[in-house]
Formats: sequence, C-alpha cells, structure tokens
Amino acid sequence: MRAQFVLQEIWIGLRRNLTMTISLVITVAIAMALLGTGLLLRTQVESSKSYWYDKIEVSVFLCAKTSSNTNCKKQDITPQQRQELEADLKKLPEVAKVEYESKEQAYARFKDRFASTPGFVQSAKPGDIPDSFRIRLKDPQQYKQVAQAVLGRGGVDQVINEQEILKKFFKILGGLQWAALMIALIQVVAAVLLVANTVRLSAFNRRRETGIMRLVGASNTYIQLPFIMEGAIAGLIGGLFSAFLLVGSKVLLIDRLAGNVGFASQLNWGTVVLVIIATICFGVLLCAFASFLTLRRYLRI
Amino acid sequence: MIHFDNVTKVYKTQNRPALQHVNVAIEKGEFLFLVGPSGSGKSTFLRLVLKEERPTQGHVHVAGKDLSRLTNWKVPHLRRRIGCVFQDFRLLPNKNVFENVAFALEVIGKPRRFISKVVPEVIDLVGLEGKANRMPDELSGGEQQRVAIARAFVNRPMILLADEPTGNIDPATSIGIMKVLDRINRTGTTVVMATHDAAIVDAFRKRVVELEDGRVVRDQSRGVYGQAY
Repeated sequence: MRAQFVLQEIWIGLRRNLTMTISLVITVAIAMALLGTGLLLRTQVESSKSYWYDKIEVSVFLCAKTSSNTNCKKQDITPQQRQELEADLKKLPEVAKVEYESKEQAYARFKDRFASTPGFVQSAKPGDIPDSFRIRLKDPQQYKQVAQAVLGRGGVDQVINEQEILKKFFKILGGLQWAALMIALIQVVAAVLLVANTVRLSAFNRRRETGIMRLVGASNTYIQLPFIMEGAIAGLIGGLFSAFLLVGSKVLLIDRLAGNVGFASQLNWGTVVLVIIATICFGVLLCAFASFLTLRRYLRI
Repeated sequence: MIHFDNVTKVYKTQNRPALQHVNVAIEKGEFLFLVGPSGSGKSTFLRLVLKEERPTQGHVHVAGKDLSRLTNWKVPHLRRRIGCVFQDFRLLPNKNVFENVAFALEVIGKPRRFISKVVPEVIDLVGLEGKANRMPDELSGGEQQRVAIARAFVNRPMILLADEPTGNIDPATSIGIMKVLDRINRTGTTVVMATHDAAIVDAFRKRVVELEDGRVVRDQSRGVYGQAY
C-alpha cells in the first residue's frame, strides 16, 4: 500500500513536470559523465605517473662524430674520458646507479621502441644514436647537481632529464583532467539549481495534496519522500545516461589517447565500472539531497 | 479534551494580539460553537489546537498533552486524532469521493483492506450513499462538504474542528451538514465549530464561546449567537 502510493505520487510528479525533468536528466547526465571522465583520466594519469617516474633517468649523452656540440670537436669520446666520467658519476652522492649504454644497445632500443613505425626505424642506422650513461637518481629532484657536475667536461655532449619531458606531457593531461572536473563542477551547480526548481514547482503543483496530508497527520517522511524520490529518480536516469557517455569516453577518448601518447597501462573495464557506479551514486545522492534542502524551504510541515 | 490555559498569541507581523489571555476548557464529547466577528481569533484558536501555531504565552493541552512539549515529529500523530473541515472543502479535484476519503487513510499508511471496509461506512454516515464514484465537481456544495466531513472523520478522531463549515452553503443545506456534525458528536467525538451563522447557533442550543478582539467575552452553555443572556 505504502510503496504503491508513494510510487504513484512520484510518477504523477515526474509527469507533470516533464520538461523540467528532462532538462534535469540531461544536466545530470552531462555533469556525471564529465565527472567520471575526469576521474578516469585521473586514475590513468596517476598509474602512468608512477610507472614512468620509476623509470626516470638522467641521460648523459657522450660525444660522437655526428654531434653538433662544439665541446665535442667532432670527435668520439675517448675510452679514458669515458672511464673517468663513469668513475666520477659513481662518486656523486645523488646518484643511485650508473649504466653505460653503447651505440649498438641504443640503436636496438630505438628499433624496439618504434617497431610500429618501420619508416622511422629505417631512417636511422647503428651509430647515429650516441652512447650514453643512464643515471638513476636517488631523488629525481636532484637532477641539477648531476647536470652541473658533468656538463662541459670533455666528451660530454648533452644531459637530458627525462622528467622534464614527462612533466610537459603530464601537465597537458592534468590540464585536461582539471578542465573536465571544472566543467563537471559547474554542471553540478546547474543540476542542484534545476533540482531545486523542479521540486519547487512540484511542491507548488501538489500544495493541495500536501496540505491535506499535513492536516490528516501524514508523517513528514510520507509527505517528503515522493519529492525526494522524484529528484533521486531523475538523478538515477541521468546517471544511467552518463554511464553510456562514460563508456563512450573510454573508447573514443582515453583509449585513443593511450594509443597516441603511450599510457603505461590500458584502462581496464573494472575501473570504468567502478567509476560509473560511483558517479551514479553521486548523482542520485546529489539530487536527493538537493530536493531535501529545497523541501525544507517550500514545504512547511 | 482541549484546555487553553491563559493563552496569548501575537503574530510576528502584527502588534495587536490575535488571542489574549484565553482560558477555555472543552471536555470530551462536547459540542462547542466558537463565534465572533472576523478577525476575533477563531481561526487562530483552531490553529493552536492543531499546533500549526504555537502560543506566545500560556499553554494549550490537547487530549491531556501539553502541546509546547510535543516534539515536531510527534505533531503528525496529534493531527491523526483531530479531524478538520473548512469553509472551502479542500477536496482533491482529480479524485472521486471514495478516493478523496481514502486519501486520508492512505497517507497515514493504513492497509488497503481496512480502507475498503471503512471508507464506504463513513460515506454512508455522512449521507452520500451511492455517490462514491462521483467527482467533486459533479457534487453540490453541501455534498462536497459532506465528503470533507467524511474525510475528516474516517480515521475516527477524538476531536473534529470545523472552521465555518456552512460558510459557502445555503441555509437549507446547512441544516443537513449540522445534522451530520451532530451525528458525529453523538459517537463521542468532541466537535468545535467556528461560525458566523446565527440561525444555526440559535437552533442548536449548544455551548457558545464568543471571542472579540482575541478575548473570550462569553462562555455559555446552551447559548445563542447574539447577546441574549
């Protein structure tokens, strides 16, 4: 009896405010989809970050005949210079590990890395890529001390901090993620205001009913529940739509990004499902709570 | 059943009190007319009984309970013991007679079997036999008021408050309404009726409490409307 009555009231309320309900559903769907995309990007960026930061190295490229650095004088580094450099690097307190990568190893790695673009690989031949020391730092932030210690020494071409390259890349991704979250936030505000309006209209439409309910002693929950459920159901429908949008954004946006920029890991469906559940719950609670707050103002008990 | 203990009510937006030092005791099973000109405080009196307003001073006791000590979430339970009838009927236009009466029970969560048993009984009691499927706009004013009374009484309240129930109805039909209220009173329900209708008050010879500018100026058993002592 109770359930049937409440459901009936909800249905009447949603139908009477159909246009309001539709706009609410759309707003919630977009808000939750953006929020979810932001969250997905975030998990992706975080997992890639820790993957890449583990591998971060400072590369000290050594002089080769092809080098344009005047410090090299178009000469390969001499074995003696190389041994001295390696010994000195190992003495530096900031350095955790030093590895030598020969020209052959560098070429092999290059071939491996760009195996998917054969044209690119063919344009280089062994010896084009200079040999280098790969240095793992104890703390990636201490890159400058290492660079200062070796730059300008005989046989050192250039020092490259991979972190700098990654930083730019993560900055772009971070920006994307924040943009999604900011727009989501604005949409959430819009959704809350829309819920408030919808519920106010609904309360006004049904002021006769609620007035009588109050008089005959219906409990507050009984009077308020249909309104709160109205908001919650609109939130739920919006959330379901946002689930579709999120699946779309995984397939069309994040997976494609992953193909282009080399995310460390594929975004798995488990995470997507978790994010979808989280956003739907958030949408429903948001709408229900907004209804509840509005009712306190417009439905005197 | 209803005790007003030195009650004063001042609305925030007005300086003049709506009720001043009102002391009235209404016992179980009584029938009481609340008379007086518009703005004399009749409606405020009824609203205080329902705890729609709280007194500025003094205490209102209903069914042995001090309303000022009643927490907000218990107010609905108070109102279940009190039926209300108004001048403007306040029926739901999109529901028929049966549904209008049943609404009062549905919203307090009564089971369907109970509703389908009790509602027809009450519809018969107020004299609307065979009209359970009519819509409110198919009924006369008097019949609509009977529906409103049925709705107020269907939960068998201890108290029935009627705010000018015959205000929108012609005198001949009013007698019928009064008979229904009298019948309800005979079941042991306390009835408080605010009214302007001198003819009815004079004809019924029940207790009369007269308000003027928020004060009780007369409290008379078997009274009449005017100043005939």
